[in-house]
Amino acid sequence: MSILLTNISKNFGRFAALHNVSLEIPEGELVALLGPSGCGKTTLLRIIAGLDQPDSGRVNLNGEDKTDQHVSDRGIGFVFQHYALFRHMTVFDNVAFGLRVKPKNLRPSEADISKKVHTLLDLVQLDWLHDRFPDQLSGGQRQRIALARALAVEPNVLLLDEPFGALDASVRKDLRQWLRHLHHDLNVTSIFVTHDQEEAMEVASRIVVLNQGNIEQQGSPSDIYDHPANAFVSRFIGQTNIFDLQQEDSFWLKNSGLPVPQQTSKVAHVRPHDIELSKILTEGSAQAVLKDWQHLGALIRIELLKQEPNGSFTTIYAEMPNEQFKQLQVNNGDTVSVRIRNAHWFH
Amino acid sequence: MRQSNIMPGFRPALGYTLLYLGLVVLIPLSTLVFKSFQLSWDDYVKVITHARVVAAFRVSFSTALGAAVIASFFGFIIAWVLVRYPFPGKKFIDALIDLPFALPTAVAGIVLATIYQPSGFVGKLVLELTGVQIAYKPLGIVVALIFISIPFVVRTVEPVLQEFDATMEEAASSLGATRLQVFVQVIFPNIFPALLTGFALAFARGVGEYGSVIFIAGNLPYVSEILPLMIITRLEQYDIPGATAIALTMLIISFLLLLTINLLQMWVRKRSGQL
Amino acid sequence: MNALSHPAAKQRYALTDPFWVRWGLITTALLFIAMFLCLPLGIVLIEAFSKGWQAYNAALMQPDTLSALRLTMLTAAVTVPLNTVFGVAAAWAITRFEFPGKSLLTTLIDLPFSVSPVISGLIFVLMFGAQGWFGEWLIAHDIKIIFAVPGIILATLFITFPFVARELIPLMQEMGSEEEEAALSLGATGWQMFSQITLPNIKWALLYGVLLCNARAMGEFGAVSVVSGHIRGLTNTLPLHVEVSYNEYDFVAAFASASILAGLAIVTLILKSLLEWKQGKH
Repeated sequence: MSILLTNISKNFGRFAALHNVSLEIPEGELVALLGPSGCGKTTLLRIIAGLDQPDSGRVNLNGEDKTDQHVSDRGIGFVFQHYALFRHMTVFDNVAFGLRVKPKNLRPSEADISKKVHTLLDLVQLDWLHDRFPDQLSGGQRQRIALARALAVEPNVLLLDEPFGALDASVRKDLRQWLRHLHHDLNVTSIFVTHDQEEAMEVASRIVVLNQGNIEQQGSPSDIYDHPANAFVSRFIGQTNIFDLQQEDSFWLKNSGLPVPQQTSKVAHVRPHDIELSKILTEGSAQAVLKDWQHLGALIRIELLKQEPNGSFTTIYAEMPNEQFKQLQVNNGDTVSVRIRNAHWFH
Repeated sequence: MRQSNIMPGFRPALGYTLLYLGLVVLIPLSTLVFKSFQLSWDDYVKVITHARVVAAFRVSFSTALGAAVIASFFGFIIAWVLVRYPFPGKKFIDALIDLPFALPTAVAGIVLATIYQPSGFVGKLVLELTGVQIAYKPLGIVVALIFISIPFVVRTVEPVLQEFDATMEEAASSLGATRLQVFVQVIFPNIFPALLTGFALAFARGVGEYGSVIFIAGNLPYVSEILPLMIITRLEQYDIPGATAIALTMLIISFLLLLTINLLQMWVRKRSGQL
Repeated sequence: MNALSHPAAKQRYALTDPFWVRWGLITTALLFIAMFLCLPLGIVLIEAFSKGWQAYNAALMQPDTLSALRLTMLTAAVTVPLNTVFGVAAAWAITRFEFPGKSLLTTLIDLPFSVSPVISGLIFVLMFGAQGWFGEWLIAHDIKIIFAVPGIILATLFITFPFVARELIPLMQEMGSEEEEAALSLGATGWQMFSQITLPNIKWALLYGVLLCNARAMGEFGAVSVVSGHIRGLTNTLPLHVEVSYNEYDFVAAFASASILAGLAIVTLILKSLLEWKQGKH
């Protein structure tokens, strides 16, 4: 089912949580709403669900205007950040809840409910826990039960609020992959909220970047990484070195081999892996001092100090594969020449 | 023994606590048990099966039960309203709930008697409208005990409602439950143990209550005479063994009831996975 | 932080009850409170002043009323400090140390709450009354406890026994002993630690307990009624004086004394709200 949001605005008192947001999500996508704390992503998710009401704008699900419909009639599945499992019910009863509260004429028989619940619990690989209470489960298990519960009512849209936020790092990694595969199998239009750009890149088929109640950019993960629409997105997604032409960086940048535009108001964003280093120092090369380096697994991160015309130092981060770094044969304190392959220019 | 290594004052604090507890509470209470041994079993049975005493048991326990049930119902509504809905004067109302804790029972007693007597402000109204007399009847005892019980229920239910995870309700809603289904199937089962505690506290207090009841009860033998009054009457007749026998029986029944309610509560909690 | 932590977002849209449900319940609650709580409070004042200011004043100035007031204050002045010291000691022992029988001790401290006031009085008659354990010895030495002031104080002591301890124990449990251990590790003596770390941390809860203890000590009726003997001018506390006056159909005197006690209750409620507010801010 497709989702169409038009001109959604929402204020909390004088704080504008969402500012005229419009968004279209085609059927079957797995979308990440990505942004820093307080950017309005959770509010947007809750408005799609019907848990909150927008001050203005319309929510359209599958061509139907659902703005004024109560959350219980929207046919959505919502997975809460802290799962919101019913503490007084067993895992089985939690998953069965959505089926049991249906009006009599639509309610499946107890036998059908039981079959369906066990199928779902099998799907999340936790059928063996069906008679436990939520307090007896681990975080990752609760997360999967919450998902099974939301799926039981066969929602048209699955909405997940920070689905991995409350989990340990190791569990989180596993569940990300698992969610991606599950989405692939079920193909239900899904939106999840996250503040973790790595998570968004890893799981989502589309990313919507939000900041201060506005959509900054949307597109596939590679679109967003390779072609950030503005300085915010570029800074928020991945690591970036920032060079400001006004701060007399232009001469240094030219020496590094980068074509520099004429307007001095521009700012260059350079990814760490777009920086090359060499020990050969020539007249007129951009130079920096190697301060320190760290092992990040396959990559080495290098901290460089660039001397400013006024005598102070700025730190530049570069990244390169392990092998390449070894061949360089540099030590802390060495002066190296810097080449920049590529940059994104913003105002 | 993790903390006791470096924290000072264990011996004096515990020693003083035990000594004071013994002197003020345990030794005096034990007299009740020892005194009742002076009574033969037959005499004991005779005292507590006396028709007037049996009637007093019935009056005390039934009025306390009735009042605790009514107070639980209204107390739940009050707690719900105080936690869930904004309305003007809420802070004031919230503070007022504790009035029965703070108001001396004798004051409550004479005021309630004045209001609910047949010529009183409310008593007259009710008598004229429905023909029911409140004061000087068991109903009057129930009214006084409701007054006493209300804060017990409100103050046990309120914090639990406050801390109730509202996303559980949102989850139920998102799964298609109606508001009534959310209340019956999600909210109430989670609040019920606390309501039961409030009920038990109210009930236990009601059985032993004296000051607020005697003025409104009318103290008619066999009809509206409560157990604590029976004890006092026996004392005034210098029938100390009789007073002791009634008091001990009353204590034992109260403890058994509280024990039952505690077990019931444990069972409810266990069934709902809250242990 | 997510947007939900914004105060305006606290009112969850999907959980709002229909208008008629909301106002129906609010009305029910308010009517009940008006009927059972506001009305009694108002009636005390109306009755006390029913014969005018002068009669009210005269009733309060009666020697019997004044002596009852004095006895009530004396009782509170003795019992509240004793139970406060006990409360702090008990809370310290229970929350800072592990020892066998701890939960039994906690239960025993609450015991007076579950004993009927009348029985609380009775047990002291059983101990010190003419037919009591020490009865003969007391008579032989001409010491009066029952139907005298010591009996009243003892019964009140029993009734108000748990108040301070009950407020402190959960608070100190929750607080833990890390701050105190830090103080000791920095070289503080036991007393310095208690007065500079523990006491400031528990002061609002302590005051709260003292306040409730005091209200009950001044207002206790059932237990005191059993041991007092109702001797006018000698062993009548203010609540007993209310009863005696009421039973003698001296309603103005009864309600005048009652109005003082109601005033005490109102002051208690106001201070209680203030303390809760202070504690909440902490």
